[in-house]
Amino acid sequence: MAPALPPTSSTVTLNINGEKHTLTVDHRTTLLDALRERLDLTGTKKGCDQGQCGACTVLLDGRRAVSCLQLAVAAEGREITTIEGVAEGDRLHPVQQAFLDLDGYQCGYCTPGQICSAVAVLEEHAAGWPSAVTGDVRPEAGPPPLTAEEIRERMSGNLCRCGAYVSIVEAVARAAADGEKHTEAAA
Amino acid sequence: MTTATRRTFTEAVGTPHPRVEGRDKVTGAARYAGDIPFAGLAHGWLVLSTVARGRISSLETAPVLAMPGVLAVLHHGNAPRVETGYTGMLSVPDPTAAVFQHDRVPHLGWPVALVVATTPEQAREAAEALVVHYDVEPHDIAFSGDRPDAYPVDGHMPGVTEKGDLAAQLAASAVTLDEEYTTPEMHHSMMEPHAATARWDGGRLELIDSNQGTHWVQSELAQMFSLDPGSVRVRSEHVGGGFGSKGVRAHQVAAVMAATVLQRPVRVVMTRRQMFSLTGYRSPTAQRVRLGADADGRLRALEHRSLNLTSTFHEYVEPSAGVARVMYDADAHRTANEVVRLDVPTPTWMRAPGEAPGSFALECALDELAEKCGIDPIELRARNEPERGPVSGLPFAGRNLLACFREGARRFGWADRDPRPGLRRDGRWLLGTGTAAASFPSGALPSTAAVTAEADGTFTVRVNAADIGTGARTALTLVAADALETAPDRVRVRLGDSDLGPASIAGGSMGTRSWSWAVTAAAAELRERLALNTGIPPEGITVRSDTTEALGALAQKERHSFGAQFAEVAVDVTTGEVRVRRMLGIFAAGRIVNPLTARSQLVGGMIWGISMALHEEAVRDRASGGHYGADLAGYHVATHADVGRVEADWVEDHDPEDPVGIKGVGEIGVVGAAAAVANAVWHATGVRHRALPIRPDRVLAAAAGGRHV
Repeated sequence: MAPALPPTSSTVTLNINGEKHTLTVDHRTTLLDALRERLDLTGTKKGCDQGQCGACTVLLDGRRAVSCLQLAVAAEGREITTIEGVAEGDRLHPVQQAFLDLDGYQCGYCTPGQICSAVAVLEEHAAGWPSAVTGDVRPEAGPPPLTAEEIRERMSGNLCRCGAYVSIVEAVARAAADGEKHTEAAA
Repeated sequence: MTTATRRTFTEAVGTPHPRVEGRDKVTGAARYAGDIPFAGLAHGWLVLSTVARGRISSLETAPVLAMPGVLAVLHHGNAPRVETGYTGMLSVPDPTAAVFQHDRVPHLGWPVALVVATTPEQAREAAEALVVHYDVEPHDIAFSGDRPDAYPVDGHMPGVTEKGDLAAQLAASAVTLDEEYTTPEMHHSMMEPHAATARWDGGRLELIDSNQGTHWVQSELAQMFSLDPGSVRVRSEHVGGGFGSKGVRAHQVAAVMAATVLQRPVRVVMTRRQMFSLTGYRSPTAQRVRLGADADGRLRALEHRSLNLTSTFHEYVEPSAGVARVMYDADAHRTANEVVRLDVPTPTWMRAPGEAPGSFALECALDELAEKCGIDPIELRARNEPERGPVSGLPFAGRNLLACFREGARRFGWADRDPRPGLRRDGRWLLGTGTAAASFPSGALPSTAAVTAEADGTFTVRVNAADIGTGARTALTLVAADALETAPDRVRVRLGDSDLGPASIAGGSMGTRSWSWAVTAAAAELRERLALNTGIPPEGITVRSDTTEALGALAQKERHSFGAQFAEVAVDVTTGEVRVRRMLGIFAAGRIVNPLTARSQLVGGMIWGISMALHEEAVRDRASGGHYGADLAGYHVATHADVGRVEADWVEDHDPEDPVGIKGVGEIGVVGAAAAVANAVWHATGVRHRALPIRPDRVLAAAAGGRHV
């Protein structure tokens, strides 16, 4: 029999970037702290620890979430993608490559969150999800043109105090255009 | 890839180059101060005062020490003593960093204890459970422009300058203006909170920190803890923004104390809310500008007085009137920077200290004068271009302000502008355009560097720079490559480690210029050595430099970057919403080392200007003395949706007295930007907003009748 855990802890298995990690966590531990303090996945950043800045954005089952407002024990069974899992081996994700080429950052601290957010934005948009600035929100209207205004609105949960917004928007647009080219080539 | 064949040399400086650490930043591999693991790491959590003034009468530490995982509770009754009676690299230290030395509480959010525990969860719960009793005294945080206890202060410039007879020149002026402009309390709000891990390693104190200069932090900690500087090492490789706030703060000192007491590594990370009272901020200002001019707009009288607040225990002056000493001359010219002491935390340098709020007041006043004189705002500035420093009388080392205005006006489409306000409409939006001038000092601080020619044909540059997001690591790579006549991929730059030796901080737009000077000097001498063709031994050939003497030999001149800011806004006077549709900034900021990253810095500065004009305001509650909503939901910084088209570019502007031609681009972008937005809001609506930020309620109040808000 396994040694008894204190009643304030549990053993969980987290599925992160396609790998399973089993660990015992204090029930108060956020997903963010579990990633950073327990699993040495420090690419996910803590900017405010209260869901206001977006620096800790990860993907949960493909949808973006601020990991500071998720308890680690509640993340069991979810597919978690962090910035460390965005690239395919040595090949950067088009969003990462565009941030690098177009200088979509300065200090780099909000960058993992911006990139995770942008990856999900492209998927949300492709799936036809409207935003607050979408003109025609009827389901049959399909995805709206991914204008700078659409990108700005959809990325607004991620603060960048260095003020890299202009090049971040350019980077997201370029990654979207690259993605379309890929889709066309595949078709 | 390096090859043995000699390449054709092409200049790297001036060619866009992605950040050399870019791949680490986009993959999450770049490690910041709070990201580096240590065996046996303990976590410290600061406890801050809940009263604005008084004394700590007691702390109930026993129940907290009995909580799971708690290792220590440090407070004024048991913390190690530190030395504060020294003058640091930049000034006398702000006693806020010298934590737990006495029982006095001078403001709300003053550090009163550090709880250290095995896990962050335990430390946080225990810190929140610590009961502290206070003898409370009445506090005063009421800031206004008419405080009778205001007094002038010399900061890094004289408090007061004056020449001529102001009253006589105002009386003789055909057109006069006398207005008060106010700016609110603003916070740096860099995305990475202050974080430090301290540990003793073989008799040496090591600190992994996030700061704007490891040599600076090392020398201050050595003095505080009475240690030999050589026995303190501070490292800070990646820094998630600083903007003036990341110097010596409470967290580093508390971490060193705890690591010393517990003899194990201790990390202290500030919470976002703690940052609002522990990391400095830009003081609110109340600025009075009086102008007198002839009918043709030539200034006869200029007075700029700025008042800011400071704490009761440390003097910090926000030198907002200093910008008038550079920008405009008049027969009678008076400037004054004054402070008033209140029961608040000490403010500090924040991106373009002085120039950011000062340019809002002065450049709005110039726009109002242009309106009164019926002269185009750019023409008014052209008519008031000084030939020498208005106060110093010194020659300018380049003053390309009008070139910036000419290029900006052309690209922005200024020539077609109808100067009359309130005429243009686009649906529910009133449209307007505005402009403002910008300036920021160009300086350099003494620095050292070492450049090594390695046996494999590559080069290693060691310079204790801090890359806080400026792109310094990349800029120095390019500067070194040119100085060594090699390709950037053959140069490795090591920075952010106090063991590398003394160097400038990343601040005052001086970093890249200061470090580049040292790197250029060492590289030049290294090339001479290599020319002797004696071969490179396995340990390489290293040349060191120190720029102290060269900087001391520079002639006294007015050395500044300049710029012209343009903004187009849309204002909905029925909702109070203001949108900045586009901004253009043209700068004369010396030679641009890396156009890719320099543009990012300039645009980022302009976005700070949008944010300052429309969003940022930390509001204090007079009853408690603390903030309402001290977090990023209560304190608004611009986000994606607030920022439209923002472009920055530059005119040719080489500083011949700098080895590379650099002037500095870190701060000029924010200067004048808020004024350009406010002037555009006037052009859209016909209402002058002299209080920042231009909030929806202020726009609505103006639309409801009050024309000047």
